[in-house]
Amino acid sequence: MSSFATLVIAGLATGAIYALIAIGFALLWQASQTINFAQGEFVMLPAFFALVAMGLGLPYWAAALITFVLAAVLLGAMFKRLLVDPMLKHGVIPLAMATMALAIFLKESVKDLYSAEAYPFPSLVPPVNVNVLGTNVSLQHIAIIVVALVTLVALTWLLDHTTTGRQMQATAQNPTVARILGIPVERMIMLTFLINAVLVVIASLLVTPIYLAKFSSGETLGLAAFVAAIIGGFNQLRGAIVGGFLLGVIDNLAAAYVSTQYRAAVPLFILIAVILFRPEGLFGRKEERTV
Amino acid sequence: MTGKYLTAAVASAAVLLAGGAARAEMKIACVAELSGSGATVGKNFKAGAELAIAEINAKGGVLGQKIAMSCADTQTNPGVARGLIQKALDSKPYAVLGPVYSGSIKVTAQLTSEAGVTNVIGGEAAELTQMGLKTLIRTSFGQHLSMPKIAAYMANDLKAKNVAVVWVNNDFGKGGRDTIIKQLTARGVKIAGDLSTEPAQVDFAADVAKLKATKADAVFIYLHEEESARILKEIQKAGLKLPLIGETTLLNQKVIELAGSAANGVRGHVGLSADAPIDPIRKFRKDFMAKYNYIPDHNAMKGYLGIYTIKAGTEKMGKLDSKGLAGALKGLSISAAKQPGMLMDVAIDQNGDLDRISFLAEVSNGKTAITKTLPPLKK
Amino acid sequence: MMRVIRQRPVATAIALLSLAVLLVLPITLGRFGNYMLAMWATMTIAAMGLNLTLGYAGQISLAQGAFVGIGAYISAIMTTNGWPLGAALVVAIVVCFAIGWLLGYPALRVQHHYLAFVTLSFSTLAYLVFRNEEWLTKGTYGIYSIPRPTILGYSLKHHLDFYYFALMWLVVISLLMWWLVRSPWGRAFTALRENPLRAQSLGVDTRLYTLMAFAIGSTMGGVAGVLYAPLVEFIDPNPFALALSFNLLLMVIVGGSGYFLGPFLGALIAVLLPEWLRDYTSDFYLVAYALLVMILLIFSPTGILGLVDRLATSRRARRASEARAAETPRIKAKEGA
Repeated sequence: MSSFATLVIAGLATGAIYALIAIGFALLWQASQTINFAQGEFVMLPAFFALVAMGLGLPYWAAALITFVLAAVLLGAMFKRLLVDPMLKHGVIPLAMATMALAIFLKESVKDLYSAEAYPFPSLVPPVNVNVLGTNVSLQHIAIIVVALVTLVALTWLLDHTTTGRQMQATAQNPTVARILGIPVERMIMLTFLINAVLVVIASLLVTPIYLAKFSSGETLGLAAFVAAIIGGFNQLRGAIVGGFLLGVIDNLAAAYVSTQYRAAVPLFILIAVILFRPEGLFGRKEERTV
Repeated sequence: MTGKYLTAAVASAAVLLAGGAARAEMKIACVAELSGSGATVGKNFKAGAELAIAEINAKGGVLGQKIAMSCADTQTNPGVARGLIQKALDSKPYAVLGPVYSGSIKVTAQLTSEAGVTNVIGGEAAELTQMGLKTLIRTSFGQHLSMPKIAAYMANDLKAKNVAVVWVNNDFGKGGRDTIIKQLTARGVKIAGDLSTEPAQVDFAADVAKLKATKADAVFIYLHEEESARILKEIQKAGLKLPLIGETTLLNQKVIELAGSAANGVRGHVGLSADAPIDPIRKFRKDFMAKYNYIPDHNAMKGYLGIYTIKAGTEKMGKLDSKGLAGALKGLSISAAKQPGMLMDVAIDQNGDLDRISFLAEVSNGKTAITKTLPPLKK
Repeated sequence: MMRVIRQRPVATAIALLSLAVLLVLPITLGRFGNYMLAMWATMTIAAMGLNLTLGYAGQISLAQGAFVGIGAYISAIMTTNGWPLGAALVVAIVVCFAIGWLLGYPALRVQHHYLAFVTLSFSTLAYLVFRNEEWLTKGTYGIYSIPRPTILGYSLKHHLDFYYFALMWLVVISLLMWWLVRSPWGRAFTALRENPLRAQSLGVDTRLYTLMAFAIGSTMGGVAGVLYAPLVEFIDPNPFALALSFNLLLMVIVGGSGYFLGPFLGALIAVLLPEWLRDYTSDFYLVAYALLVMILLIFSPTGILGLVDRLATSRRARRASEARAAETPRIKAKEGA
């Protein structure tokens, strides 16, 4: 088995992590023009909810359940009500700055209240390797790829085949018209924030066994999600997924064949080329609304 | 009228407080990386120092004076560190503890040196003690002292001919990489691979693929704890069977905890380790875990030793003489039998570099086992 | 100048008062206070540049921190090799203007978050160059013992002297900026932000002005960097990572994007507030800082000056409506008569 295939498979696995986080990022953008620079911290935090719950002696499933509830309340509802709603009508950038401050707030709170150490985190799937086409791939990575794809399919189905989903799409495309049509726009936007909260918890439970629970682990993740969402086009979930996978694969190939010292820049510059030729992103539609 | 009385009351209270502070406290200013990329390092350093202070104060302090330490956060940014060291010096401390990152130390050490205040640092970069600054004292080996030991081990014991070096591209990793490559080439060992990785890197597939292609007969890994664990897992996954050699961090208990079975077989040199089979270190580890509920790393030991170093120097002088402290420490040999807080016998040279025993160790069955104790360089 | 004073007496008084405070206050402060004030002046210059690009011309840039880095490295490399700071300043201006101009080209093709991405990538690349090109920048080891300048035989080594030196730069650049935004160019920048299409139809060369806005804004970042190196006397790549660009953006937004004084207040909050909070919240100072910034943005998404502007407008409106209310009975009375 060539090392090229190994690199691609490993890149897909890392990319799947980015993709999973980028979906929620793109969703928030669609629903309410929120660029959430705290998305990485949103993935970091649920792991600590779970760690605290398990520290109190709860079994994994109960801790996970509590984490979902806490995340829905704090990272879904409260995030929207307290931070996004008051700032929404003032444009993209002030809100983006506020989420940046939120990122610092969450990260520093975890560090000061819990610990600055990295903690191992129990995995849903056993940490073993399986042989795929002659390459050793970790089962955890396969689980992430599968979950990312299942999430995409489920979300697409929800958006295209349910009334709620179509109402959400209408809200995302044009809230004014949606309101005239009698769609409960507010509820739809809230629903999007709750979906994002659920997504980040899923991402957190899957990713933390590999990334470790650490206050700073959101930094890389958030930036990668941002980049992946741009590559794919902010307004397409499919795009965010492909963007995530691309970023993971290109990063690995760049490190192996171009330069390890410049590995962080190479994918960005390949992607700039992409954007210059397709300013709406790889899979994005042209922006249909002025922001 | 009341205003006048109030002012007088406040003034006299201030005098009392100030007087009190001057009478019974040894003021130590700590400047460390409590946030930013060095947060884990700095937090450990501070925790170690605080443990030492609690122990010393519980036994009545140094020469009857309690230690009071205030710790400021540099955000791992030399620009901030510079401001804070000035603030610390404005408050006329007895000594300065920290920082740990070499970049910040280059800024702060210059200023502590100008002020003539002893600066006990956690940095390991070789050049720190070669800048001609009079007041720097280390708490661990500089890389110019630890790397020769590991290079000798690889060349003589392991008989490695081609070594690949994997390092993290920041001031810690780059300094180590430069020193080890110099030391290995001096011993006739070829550098088969020179692989730079990013701080906080997660995916090591590309690095391990490159490592495989190098045909090295041993690998030297110089990364932080979490990244060490990740690359060990990736090496295991790729089925790469090479001697994996490290310096201190790679053999850390944290790495073993995070990497699991992938850490088995890792060998190397350990300067400061909470796993060392020495009674004072065992006690330190137990006390630290009781207080903070996690295993201390070598940075926690540096903070702990830093405070005890200041104590030892002060007791040598027999008085609190801030200006004389650095001079008293240089050339001093401290015996752990008399100062158990120093954990091991140590000799401080004129540059502020240390000499003491260190260990060769191997990980087996999820435990670091010390295989050999290396004597100090000068006996 | 006289016209300005006559037209805006309150603003002039505040400006003079602040300048007086900035001149006198440092005498009472120690080394630390003056260092932080000089840092504030430096960051204000960089934020002013970003305010021109973002606040006046409406082009988002996540590369301002990289330009501070480029300026700082030019300053450090040249002055440690015996060149005077003035020479470094000239080189930094030329280099940053050229790079800023080139970086403006993507702005012609892409907008909003894609532009953010392009500038973010540039920022990442600049950081990697600082770190990896050791022959030039000394890499992760950093450059130390950067000399503070000597003017006419008088050394600015002392913290108070260097602070006044930094303040002088800030004043000169503020005056240049004041002139620029009031010149036809400055108005063209604003036209570009408000409505690019209309600006174009009115004969504004949007291409040229977009590039200019990027180039001038970036140059000011570089100038701030030239000052940063002798201020800290040591540089390594880390302070110029992406976080600085974000932080400068935060300064512009929190102060009030598009307001002349916005960066002054923004830098005051981003540079000095955390330092001040240290004394009250100890370990939690960054938590408190982030919380305060969020609260500030929630109550005033257009920044501090946006809030002041809104209050002033509503007060004027209230006064106007009070005046109207006072007028109404008289009019009614007249009608009745």
